[in-house]
Amino acid sequence: MAGKTLRLVALLLVSGSTLASAAASTALKDPYFGEALYYAYQQRHFDAISRLDAELTQYYGVDEPLLDSLHYHINQAEFSVGDFELGYRMHQRAGRAISAVIEGNVPAPVRNEAIYRLSRLFFQTQDYGNALHAIERIKGELPAGMENNIAFLRGQVYLANGRFGDAEKIFSALEGKSGYQGFAAYNRGVSLFAQQRYAQGVAAMDRAGSVSGSERATEAIRDKANLVLGSRLLEKGEAQLAGTYLERVRLEGPFSNRALLGAGWADIKREDFKHALVPWSILFKRNVTDPAVQEALLGVPYAYAQLGYYGKSALLYGSALEKIGGELDKLDASIDSIKQGRFLQALVREEGRTDKDWVIRLRELPQTPETFYLMELMASNDFQAMLQNYLDLEDLRQRLESWGTNYTAYNDIIELRRRYYEPLLPSIDAQFRKLDSVIRLRMEQRERLDKKLKKMLVAPQPEFLATARERIANEDIAAMEKRLKGKPVDAATRHRIERLKGAIQWNITTNYHARLTEAFDHLAALDKDIAALQENYASFVRTRQAATQSYQGYDEQIRRLGIKTGNALTTVNTLMARQGNLLEVMAVNELVRRRQKLEEYQVQARFAMAENYDRATKAKSEEETVRLEAEQKKPATDAPKAEQPAVQQAPAAGQGGQ
Amino acid sequence: MSRVIYGLLWMALQFSVPAQAEEVSREQIKGIDEQVQEIKKDVLSISSELKLLEEKLLYPSNTQVSLFVSLTGKDKFRLDSVEVMLDGKPVATYIYSFKELEALRAGGMQRIYTGNVQTGEHLLKVGSLGKSADGKEQRQTAEYRFKKGIGPGLVEINLAGPGVRSNGIEFKDW
Repeated sequence: MAGKTLRLVALLLVSGSTLASAAASTALKDPYFGEALYYAYQQRHFDAISRLDAELTQYYGVDEPLLDSLHYHINQAEFSVGDFELGYRMHQRAGRAISAVIEGNVPAPVRNEAIYRLSRLFFQTQDYGNALHAIERIKGELPAGMENNIAFLRGQVYLANGRFGDAEKIFSALEGKSGYQGFAAYNRGVSLFAQQRYAQGVAAMDRAGSVSGSERATEAIRDKANLVLGSRLLEKGEAQLAGTYLERVRLEGPFSNRALLGAGWADIKREDFKHALVPWSILFKRNVTDPAVQEALLGVPYAYAQLGYYGKSALLYGSALEKIGGELDKLDASIDSIKQGRFLQALVREEGRTDKDWVIRLRELPQTPETFYLMELMASNDFQAMLQNYLDLEDLRQRLESWGTNYTAYNDIIELRRRYYEPLLPSIDAQFRKLDSVIRLRMEQRERLDKKLKKMLVAPQPEFLATARERIANEDIAAMEKRLKGKPVDAATRHRIERLKGAIQWNITTNYHARLTEAFDHLAALDKDIAALQENYASFVRTRQAATQSYQGYDEQIRRLGIKTGNALTTVNTLMARQGNLLEVMAVNELVRRRQKLEEYQVQARFAMAENYDRATKAKSEEETVRLEAEQKKPATDAPKAEQPAVQQAPAAGQGGQ
Repeated sequence: MSRVIYGLLWMALQFSVPAQAEEVSREQIKGIDEQVQEIKKDVLSISSELKLLEEKLLYPSNTQVSLFVSLTGKDKFRLDSVEVMLDGKPVATYIYSFKELEALRAGGMQRIYTGNVQTGEHLLKVGSLGKSADGKEQRQTAEYRFKKGIGPGLVEINLAGPGVRSNGIEFKDW
């Protein structure tokens, strides 16, 4: 039994999540991936997954993924999405994502890291067989800096699967590693106890209980080791030593109450009843809803009775009965409140989003009496998982409801755009068609010019580059020649005509190269204008397309999304009701269990109180008899003796080492 | 009598997790957990589709511009707030919570604004308010001109505390 308990305790020491921890070490090259990390670091897992999912879909959807900036982080992104899903308690999908990395063609360190994460996933979901199967697949080069993490997990998995010897060896090797001392020693102690190697187990636990450090985790493991070891020793009857370890547990901490209770019982076992009053008197003043404190309510009068202070004991039993009665009333009110649904209402209050300790704080609020007795239950894995699911469902419900209203707004936007664009677009399109035909014509002209000029580079044709004046002059001369044809023309006139023709031809031929260069310059200038024209053309086409796209093609998608959202909302509401009911049942059962315990205490206290009253009365009457007998024998004027004075309250100090 | 009490009281020293209520079985817990995982998957799928729809409908790529905030210098600078003006108009003001600041320090990037602008040049003005390691108030402002092309515009606003570099606010056009 004890071994099993210890193992359970050991399993609770899950190594801290390494959620996307590597991200900060590398410079970000994709802002959207950075955005996903921003959400993940705030534990906003839904937003992180949603963002990263969209990025990964886009990455795998493009023709050239190397041009997508996510390719710099793709391995990390694949891991991260698994991590985020794990953080969001989507174990099935996280497992699939990580498995995909393992099956891929990746280097050994990457593959081993994926296997490590998969094994950790199985371990966290208490699927120890698969966790073992996974961790045994790690082979070859390990990811840098993760060697100890992997070894620690391997040890935990072995422990969970009953391979205590193998686990012990691993924890033994880790004991010397920085940051692992306390945890490794503790788990080694658990492994050794499970192997019935009692003395070595005590030594390992002792090391875990005296590890130095002031970090919260170190203090917690130290306290836990001392509490477990003290309890173990107490079970074995080594009360003196047990007391020493239990007194090491800090007075302020999650294990304090149980340690104080155990320390008191260690004293009782050694029949040092007076000393037992020291830890129990401290407990006596603490929050009465704690089981250890309730036990101390009976423990303190029990110790007084053992010391022979029956009157004091009876009075304290009476006080305990009063407190127990009050607590029973409180429990009844709590059960009633849970049945009326107030427990679930308190859990989903807005404060829970900003305060991670909200559920713990609930106990302090007078308006949430239903939570006073649920701290232990709330600390259990099953309840925590169910509670988180319930909170996640509430978050989903709020999102879905918000989306539902968004669709109406989107439809309104689309309708407004439709009303604005539809009357405008026909005339714009008509104008555009006219411009489009002109543009096309000009483009064709440009193409023709380009072809001509290119040909002229190979086969010069100077006449193509004649100026307008030259062409007109040539046409005039040709017309003149036509008119003179068949008519008597003097030689001088003919000569003048020939000279004019020759002069024009001369200019055309001699200026050809300069004109060709100029023509190419003009073509280049034209190309610039055409480029600007094409940009405007493309811009217009895009804008025109955007105008249509701003209101067309959404109806079906929005309708489909609306149906999906409505269906999801129905499912979420159903699941919330079922999950909420399970939480309420668990909470009520826990309260009923605590109520039964208190009723047992009540019966015990009543009997003990009556017994101690009898003893006190008997002692007093015996004393009276002795006094009367003495008076009869020697009549004198002695003052009557009072009852034996109450033992003084043990001081709170004296808990050395706690 | 005292032995009986001792026996009863000692029960509380057992350190196991509280006994599971009989009415709630592990199968029930597992069954509903799987259904919750399933609905999460469905809602995430709706969310992704909705994101794409919103981008297309509200911020088409030819006019979309997104501004991201990142932090350099980790612990030296406690960022309190950021104000952003685009082409002379205030578009975002943000006050950071502890968790958000930690997320920025850890390397996350916050998308502070998404909107629509025309292609061409735009002026970005950023002001930040924070405290240096010695508790001194730090006020910084900077301007940046960026050109919005046909595709979505992405600009990173990188903030740093005093002493990290000469420019407290730097920009990167992605």
